[in-house]
Amino acid sequence: MQDVAGPERPLLDVRGLSKSFGPLRALDAVDFTLRAGQIHALLGENGAGKSTLIKVITGVLSRDGGVVRLLNEEVAPRSAREAVDAGIATVYQEVNLLPNLSVAQNVYLGREPTRFGIVLDREMKRGAAKLLDGYGLHIDVTAPLGSYSVAIQHVVAIARAIDLSARVLILDEPTASLDRHEVAMLFDTMRGLAARGIGIVFVTHFLDQVYDVSDRITVLRNGRLIGERATASLPRMDLIQMMLGHELSETTGARAARDREQGALCASFSNYGKSGYVAPFDLDLRSGEVTGLAGLLGAGRTETARLVFGAERADSGHVTVDGKPLRLHSPRDAVRHGFGYCPEERKTDGIVADLTVRENIVLALQAKLGILRPLSRREQDEIAGRFVKLLDIRPPDPERPIGLLSGGNQQKVLLARWLATEPRLLVLDEPTRGIDVGAHAEIIRLIRDLCDRGLALLVISSELDEIVAYSDRVVVLRDRAHVGTLEDGAISVPSILAAIAADHSSPAAEVA
Amino acid sequence: MSLVPRRGLPQILALIAILAIDRLVSTQFFDLRLQDGRLFGSLVDVFNRGAPVALLALGMVLVIATRGIDLSVGAVIAISGAIAASLADTHAWPVAVAAALGAGLLCGLWNGFLVAVLGIQPIVATLILMVAGRGVAQLITEGRIVTFTSPDLIWFGTGSVFGVPAPVVIVAGMLLVTGLVVRGSSLGLLIEATGGNPRASELSGVGIKMMIVAVYVWCSLCAALAGIIAAADIMGADANNAGLWLELDAILAVVIGGTSLFGGRFSLVLAVCGALIIQAMNTGILLSGYPPEFNLVVKAAVVLVVLLLQSPRLSGLTGALRKATTLRKARA
Repeated sequence: MQDVAGPERPLLDVRGLSKSFGPLRALDAVDFTLRAGQIHALLGENGAGKSTLIKVITGVLSRDGGVVRLLNEEVAPRSAREAVDAGIATVYQEVNLLPNLSVAQNVYLGREPTRFGIVLDREMKRGAAKLLDGYGLHIDVTAPLGSYSVAIQHVVAIARAIDLSARVLILDEPTASLDRHEVAMLFDTMRGLAARGIGIVFVTHFLDQVYDVSDRITVLRNGRLIGERATASLPRMDLIQMMLGHELSETTGARAARDREQGALCASFSNYGKSGYVAPFDLDLRSGEVTGLAGLLGAGRTETARLVFGAERADSGHVTVDGKPLRLHSPRDAVRHGFGYCPEERKTDGIVADLTVRENIVLALQAKLGILRPLSRREQDEIAGRFVKLLDIRPPDPERPIGLLSGGNQQKVLLARWLATEPRLLVLDEPTRGIDVGAHAEIIRLIRDLCDRGLALLVISSELDEIVAYSDRVVVLRDRAHVGTLEDGAISVPSILAAIAADHSSPAAEVA
Repeated sequence: MSLVPRRGLPQILALIAILAIDRLVSTQFFDLRLQDGRLFGSLVDVFNRGAPVALLALGMVLVIATRGIDLSVGAVIAISGAIAASLADTHAWPVAVAAALGAGLLCGLWNGFLVAVLGIQPIVATLILMVAGRGVAQLITEGRIVTFTSPDLIWFGTGSVFGVPAPVVIVAGMLLVTGLVVRGSSLGLLIEATGGNPRASELSGVGIKMMIVAVYVWCSLCAALAGIIAAADIMGADANNAGLWLELDAILAVVIGGTSLFGGRFSLVLAVCGALIIQAMNTGILLSGYPPEFNLVVKAAVVLVVLLLQSPRLSGLTGALRKATTLRKARA
């Protein structure tokens, strides 16, 4: 097999792969090349298109256009099963095997050795033990798979996949729930397979691991291919810039100089945190100011937002609002005190799809008013009509179920939901994700407008140029801790990138 | 809110169709007669016999709107009936009724606690009371059938107001009260939001735990009221058989009424309409002379049809068919 896949001929060759969900281009003519014996990291922030790319390659999703070649032969699997038959196997973060069956049964699932229709248990045991020996795994293969650590389950899943004659192995976030030792064990396995000529696609958001194990890196952003580089020749700083920022020249002029006096203190969090979630942080949010949260995926941005909104309960520190201490145990507490939160996952955490635009807009206000002070239908119509007009929600029909609106318009409805409560503090988590370009600019303009009207805003975004454009202050996060603050003139894409990529060995001493 | 929502047309038509079939089966179906100041006739029977399930449906529809389900209502009927019957001849009727309703309140709080606070799946959480409740009822009656003679309590089953049977009046009253409570306050919206997307609702500041406890309490209260009617009807309490399997009829009524088991939008009027559809079928089969066992098969067929109509996969299929035919027409 190995001699067929010479180094000049790619093992897996993806050309111009495209996929749209409605008006949203999840993949825009993406190319991807994997050579035999290569460990190829696939990187990008949430929504960059990594998982869409994998799903399209493995036939879980249908493609709109493009070609996938495996050893020069075109393949178009229509299901994960067909992809495996073609030689492309995927191991997901949650191992998709059966934890209640034995290790041996899992290895031979669906292809048990039989004689006269009877499963040959002993054969299966011997085969599985021998197979796993090859991975340096000497375990009791008759024990249930679920009794072993996640790392061992991963190796078993990989061994099974390779035994199914896979030539391409896709590992989707395999290390997310592993400790350092287990990661090392998994990397040994990966290197061993690469040495045998198997091509490995490695999806992760841990940059350290990328530099540890991968040979090449492909970066996606917003469904487009940003670039493919050799790992050894790509400095960490450049990599982060590929993942987050636009070209610097585009952004330097984007930030308008703003002369203004400091706003009044709206909410102040001191030593606020939750162990195992986000390290304690100090955060002052001022009226008329936008505070941006920057950092890589998993750095603790959404976690900070959820703490600030009471969706997660802090176990250290305290909050004061207008100088008075505040009990912040639930979103209800937060809403009662004039906080609002537009979550990142609009579909699962934001909209109530079956209800109308009107009902979605008045929901938070009604929850704040309580059961006994219902908004009359007239009041509801008035509020909904006002915001539909103000935010230019389309179609301008408050009685349409919100599930039928586009992503950008759903986002506007969610903004309206909070604006109707006349909040003092609004937390926006990735407000422009999954929104088409036109609505994108509108949402950014809205953020500035709200701020000018005296709201305190805490905004999370993976688009650094966006953060630079509207933030008065940027808090940088890394590894679930706040590691730095940039103010006014100091805010620029390079300065944020530098703070994100700062030397990992240094302690988080620069906390503002 | 108009009395009958626009989307209720299929249910109303189904009720009319079934009543029409009943008329074919029994020519006297729509005949009414006044006897001892109370209306009698097959049509009155449909409403009167359908009252307990209609009451259950009123509570169940709210539970189902929050993505829950309450299997314990049949057992609550048994408990409430047992309490009312045991107290009827020794205490004033308001005491007996209040005690029965109080038991319902406790049952509802228990279910709500399990579902909202402990986070147990509703079908399992209410299964506990479904099993245990009948045992509790048997303990109350000490395993006997407790009979009573108090005319005040018997009124709940056989009395009448201006000729209309008491159970029918009670259902109408409860429909009105529930409608006022739910749609007159913001409860209706908050319940629909909770069922439609609990995570989003919680993040919008809705107290979803309180919503969930409230609907289970209301559901059990409705069941307790149905238990009083059932006991009054037979002038006694039979802990083994009172309300047996009625939870299934109640769920069926809600589903026929167009409320999805996935929660969200609900309609009180259509849930009661669903209960009447079921009872109209029951009465029709009885009048036709077919054995009552036949009833179960017909009911099952109706469930199947209703669920098929609600199934997203089937609607996808019919949608695809429609698209194909329009395409073909466009090409022609």
